[in-house]
Amino acid sequence: MKHNELETKNELQEKSLFDKTVGRRSFLQYAGAGAAGIALVAAGCKKDRGYENPMMGGATLDFKNDFGVLNYAYALEQLEAAFYVKVASAPPASFTAAQKAYFQDIQFHEIAHREFFKAALSTAAIGSLEVDFSSIDFTSSTSVLGTAMAFEDLGVAAYNGAGPRLKSATFLLLAGKIVSVEARHAAYVRDLISNGTFADLNSLAPLGANNAGGLDAALTPDKVLAIAGKYIKTKINVINL
Amino acid sequence: MNIVNILEELEKVDGEIYERLNPRRAAMKSFFNMGKKISLAAMPLALGSMFQKAYGQTALPAAVVDVLNFALALEYLEYHFYNHCIVGKTPGSSVTDVTFNFPNAASQAAITTIRDHEKAHVDLLVGALGSSARAPIAYADTDFRAGGTFGTVYSDYGTFLAVAQGFEDTGVRAYKGQAGNLLVSPGVLQTALQIHSVEARHAAHIRQMRTAAGTAVYKPWVSLGASGQANDSGVPQVDAVYAGEDLTVQANVNIANITGAPNATAAKFAAVESFDEPLDKASVITIANLFLKDGKKL
Repeated sequence: MKHNELETKNELQEKSLFDKTVGRRSFLQYAGAGAAGIALVAAGCKKDRGYENPMMGGATLDFKNDFGVLNYAYALEQLEAAFYVKVASAPPASFTAAQKAYFQDIQFHEIAHREFFKAALSTAAIGSLEVDFSSIDFTSSTSVLGTAMAFEDLGVAAYNGAGPRLKSATFLLLAGKIVSVEARHAAYVRDLISNGTFADLNSLAPLGANNAGGLDAALTPDKVLAIAGKYIKTKINVINL
Repeated sequence: MNIVNILEELEKVDGEIYERLNPRRAAMKSFFNMGKKISLAAMPLALGSMFQKAYGQTALPAAVVDVLNFALALEYLEYHFYNHCIVGKTPGSSVTDVTFNFPNAASQAAITTIRDHEKAHVDLLVGALGSSARAPIAYADTDFRAGGTFGTVYSDYGTFLAVAQGFEDTGVRAYKGQAGNLLVSPGVLQTALQIHSVEARHAAHIRQMRTAAGTAVYKPWVSLGASGQANDSGVPQVDAVYAGEDLTVQANVNIANITGAPNATAAKFAAVESFDEPLDKASVITIANLFLKDGKKL
């Protein structure tokens, strides 16, 4: 039932999505803004809550149901999209034409993911997150590729770790459609950094990969957000995890 | 890649499989409690014991064994495809029909890495089946030349990579179509997802290897073909592998409208590329059977 309602809202929202200035925002505007960090709220908040909790501020990811998981994905896609929008608009000087083209492709993919979740979640969606890319040197190929790899591998770990939390097969399939694209991104970027490391599962062990089992990264949301928090200025509250 | 298929098939023949695997059941309690204490990475190693606990000490029902062995057969198929190549490139090997040369050490190392991952997946299934595991499929049971469709698969590097891309992209899709059936068993779903994304990494690299080996460009992600068709591999014989990959609407959201791409053509490509599509089991079997000899087909 929730799903039908969601789809109806999607249709209503499509037009407004169209009108948004997707990807044109200068993320530099966030520099110097408020306090950073991810707040992991201890378990025990068992009562139903809205998605925006005025007592907590920032964005609240409530993992009591699928909307919380989808908002978690939406948060990460916001982060990725913001990064690639910035890279694609001014790639490092050493990027080849092919690299520029593929990073533009990835930018479109991540914007599509972000806007898809925004549309699918409709009124249940968290707000726009403020990012903090002060640790990234966007003129440096090394910095950009290293950050891209970190984001893609973390994205794979996040989707893999969150999939089992979903209750809806429809949502799980949609997440599955996205995670393999993230894995393709990850493999591409890894090969740019060091050819042949596309699926170096030993190096992914800190993200939960297991080379002996031939298994990719997987992390629980608290661990993912702890890593991603470095790049997110908006306070993210996690409840019912 | 086929843990998902396994569980789906288990459900068909054993309607209570998810009950058996459900964490609320006593049989699964220890497994899931263990999961809280150990890292996610260690979970798959417990998969074999999970199946044993689900079914207790009694023998697996015959139909369940059939399903697990079916999935194992698919894993053997993939493993042999790569392994035959690597063995054929080993000095002193009795395998002499792998006549193409790898262009460099890195390409052979990549195929070896992928072979090793497929072997790990085979071992996971064999461990889960225990003494009920089917007899291993020998390389002799396979036909990677597909009755002549890919007659140069081991004599032409480009053909080998083209077939490899088909295998990997099929693997990614095969998982996706069945994922929902694993929702009731989070531990197994977790493992299946981890296999799924490894297959996607393989596919991306194989596509890069194909680009490096020739003049055509194959994106690391599944895109549209030169004529705007779903199959972007340049190999019409594998159209079935890519059927339906050109979807641009997801959950009633027209993705082509929201990619930020500068024009309609770029937006359509981006919409297709940003979401991979599932493939149903029957279609996967049809593809797999192309590479098994008569009498050995699934």
